[in-house]
Amino acid sequence: MADNYVVEMLNITKVFPGIVANDNITLQLKRGEIHALLGENGAGKSTLMSVLFGLYQPEQGEIRIDGKRVEIRDPNDANTLHIGMVHQHFKLVECFTVLDNIILGVEPNKLGFLQKKEARKKVVALSEKYGLLVDPDALVEDITVGMQQRTEILKMLYRDNEILIFDEPTAVLTPQEIHELMQIMKSLAAEGKSILFITHKLNEIMEVCDRCSVLRKGKYIGTVDIAGTSKEELSRMMVGRDVKFAVDKAPAQPKETVLKVSGLTVPSKLHHNNAVKDVSFEVRRGEIVCIAGIDGNGQTEFVYALSGLEKASAGKIELCGRDISRSTIRQRAEAGMSHIPEDRHKHGLVLDFPLEDNLVLQRYMDPRFQKGGFIQREPIRAYAEDLIGRFDIRSGQGPVTPVRSMSGGNQQKAIIAREIDLNADLLIAVQPTRGLDVGAIEYIHSQIVGQRDLGKAVLLVSLELDEVMNLSDRILVMYEGEIVGELDPKTTTVEELGLYMAGAKRNKGKEASAS
Amino acid sequence: MTFLLQQTVIYTVPLILVALAGVFAERSGIINLALEGIMIIGAFVGAWFVRIMQEGGWNEDAAQGLLLLALVVTAAAGALFSLLLSFSAVKMKADQTIGGTALNLLAPAIVLFLVNIVFQQNTLNLRYDAPSWFMLFQTDFGFERKAKLGLVGDLLLNKTYLTTYIGLLIYVVLAVILYKTRFGLRLRACGEHPQAADSVGINVYRMRYLGTSISGALAGMGGFIYALTTSNGAANGDVAGFGFLALAVMIFGNWKPLNIAIVGFLFGLLKCISACSGTLDINGDGVYLLAQIGVSTYVYNMLPYVITLVVLAFTSKKSRAPKAEGIPYDKGQR
Repeated sequence: MADNYVVEMLNITKVFPGIVANDNITLQLKRGEIHALLGENGAGKSTLMSVLFGLYQPEQGEIRIDGKRVEIRDPNDANTLHIGMVHQHFKLVECFTVLDNIILGVEPNKLGFLQKKEARKKVVALSEKYGLLVDPDALVEDITVGMQQRTEILKMLYRDNEILIFDEPTAVLTPQEIHELMQIMKSLAAEGKSILFITHKLNEIMEVCDRCSVLRKGKYIGTVDIAGTSKEELSRMMVGRDVKFAVDKAPAQPKETVLKVSGLTVPSKLHHNNAVKDVSFEVRRGEIVCIAGIDGNGQTEFVYALSGLEKASAGKIELCGRDISRSTIRQRAEAGMSHIPEDRHKHGLVLDFPLEDNLVLQRYMDPRFQKGGFIQREPIRAYAEDLIGRFDIRSGQGPVTPVRSMSGGNQQKAIIAREIDLNADLLIAVQPTRGLDVGAIEYIHSQIVGQRDLGKAVLLVSLELDEVMNLSDRILVMYEGEIVGELDPKTTTVEELGLYMAGAKRNKGKEASAS
Repeated sequence: MTFLLQQTVIYTVPLILVALAGVFAERSGIINLALEGIMIIGAFVGAWFVRIMQEGGWNEDAAQGLLLLALVVTAAAGALFSLLLSFSAVKMKADQTIGGTALNLLAPAIVLFLVNIVFQQNTLNLRYDAPSWFMLFQTDFGFERKAKLGLVGDLLLNKTYLTTYIGLLIYVVLAVILYKTRFGLRLRACGEHPQAADSVGINVYRMRYLGTSISGALAGMGGFIYALTTSNGAANGDVAGFGFLALAVMIFGNWKPLNIAIVGFLFGLLKCISACSGTLDINGDGVYLLAQIGVSTYVYNMLPYVITLVVLAFTSKKSRAPKAEGIPYDKGQR
């Protein structure tokens, strides 16, 4: 029995109706190591971790902790075994203080009455020991995402957890915060904690991990030492084929202006401030302009105002020389705007409608699809089949598949097919690859570049740094509702971009000269 | 003035109690629209119980003991009735607004049905006059009948009910439980972010059953207290929208006990003015000032409801309801 393994998950199989999420997977974690669990979306990483955390029971296989076989029936069992997890979506009560969140579930008490004094001492000591600076009395809703994550880490440390699971912890952080997190993880490992790091970001694995296990489509592919491997090899293991990291594209050849935004201001629904403050820029034919920024800095509200989902309080939007500031959403579409929305379930699709109806959502009123107000089924079916073929949208029953039953990647492809086929002058793509796997991302990126090369203007809004750096021809950084900088992806670095995104740097003057 | 405040206290106690009932359900994540219905059930069960005991020969000297016992029974009845709501909301994951509305329709129907079957009339009355049995006077506290107690003394020790003290005690105890105990912290977590609570090993379903049952018990008691102290203990399947008023108090009080106490007193005062305005000159020590203004009593009757409407229209935007209330918790969804 290998005695230096702290966790062993042996031959785990977990079946959901219609799908084998984990097929005979083995994962072994050594004490004091940082072990990456790599895989695309749907590869079975989260299922495997849920099994370890007691949220699911496996059909086959066994779990050993310190060499002893254990049953983990619920998170309480996991906690007893000193297993803790930082979930991708934080499990924090926003209107509670940091301290209350940390002690929730393991409250020190006398006859049921909370005893917070000792708890506070312990929390302060832990945060000093590991450099996790958080004010224990601050409300969670008032602190930054990075601090919320530290709260989650403190939650695990407060419970004396030895095995720490981090589920995609860097997705919501700035580059600087990611760097700090990596340092924290290293110091935790140095203290003898064992860390499971779930991610699909290869750079982070290369930087911080000791070993890496790869899953693909529910199957175990292998475990490698990071010291003896490369990004290319890891990605080949993950995807099953060679993947291009850089997007293939020729230099942009911008022509005349398509979209001109001047002084756009949008009030916020959350607070009294404006969510978007006096934003001005232009997008020209044949270029991809990207609005980068950390989530929640006004990008969403900005796109809502641009697409007509929300009203701007001031400013002007011109599309191909036409003022569309007061136009309705359909008028904007007719003026030449297409929009791949951020939330594909909320604004992109009618989930319980069949695929074909979703594909004509923007053009059911075309004479070819309706006569006297009555929907013409046959032309719609034919049109849907054409798009399905051209954009390789995969679904169970073709045009009549309920969209809800399709995979995220194919749902997104459906939206992209619909919007691109509108043949509009301006394509607004908001987080077009959110939650998609590497293969789908590659495809969508090539479609967007294709639109640019056809002479369309593309406005990309993205939170993914790799996407921002690879896809765009110009980068505008949005921070607290303002454009704080314009960068050239060819000359800038991720670090510099991060400084702008965090509000540490700004170069407003440059914007005017460049456009 | 004293009379007005005495009356206000009588209205305020059930109002705060029922608003607090709403708090305990909603803080656990269950919208309890059924407060009105549970009150109706509580009022009926309480009246029936007291009547049975009176007919069974309960001694008037031990009336306060009967009242205590009745409170326990009505609390149990309310909690039991509220199980219908928590079962549909937690186990069946039904829409809580519809579930609550259904109970509000069900309660008066059941009560009227039973009152008609058992008593062959539309209203169930106590065997003996409620104030003569249950009201406490200063003589009960060992003061002379003529002794002057001052405003505070009059408020607390004269023409009052045992339920007032019990209500205040319950209020304090529950407010402390909500903020100072492990149970309170966990309950509030379930109403805000049940996934977070679940991930640290708290049984969300159990907390929601508990929260709603406490809510039902409080509303049941509140219904009985209301009927006993304001309508002579009569039960006729109606508490005049008092449960909804309590909901408004809860929202206006921002789901916080202290605010609810203040708002509850305010609304109690309004409700009291409306109730007293018709009987101003009867008691002799009534509110002459109001009568002298010469405003129709209907205006006073409308006041609490109109003010509720206006106040909610202006404050509901700022109010901060428990985030997860009304959303059925599904362990599978993460």
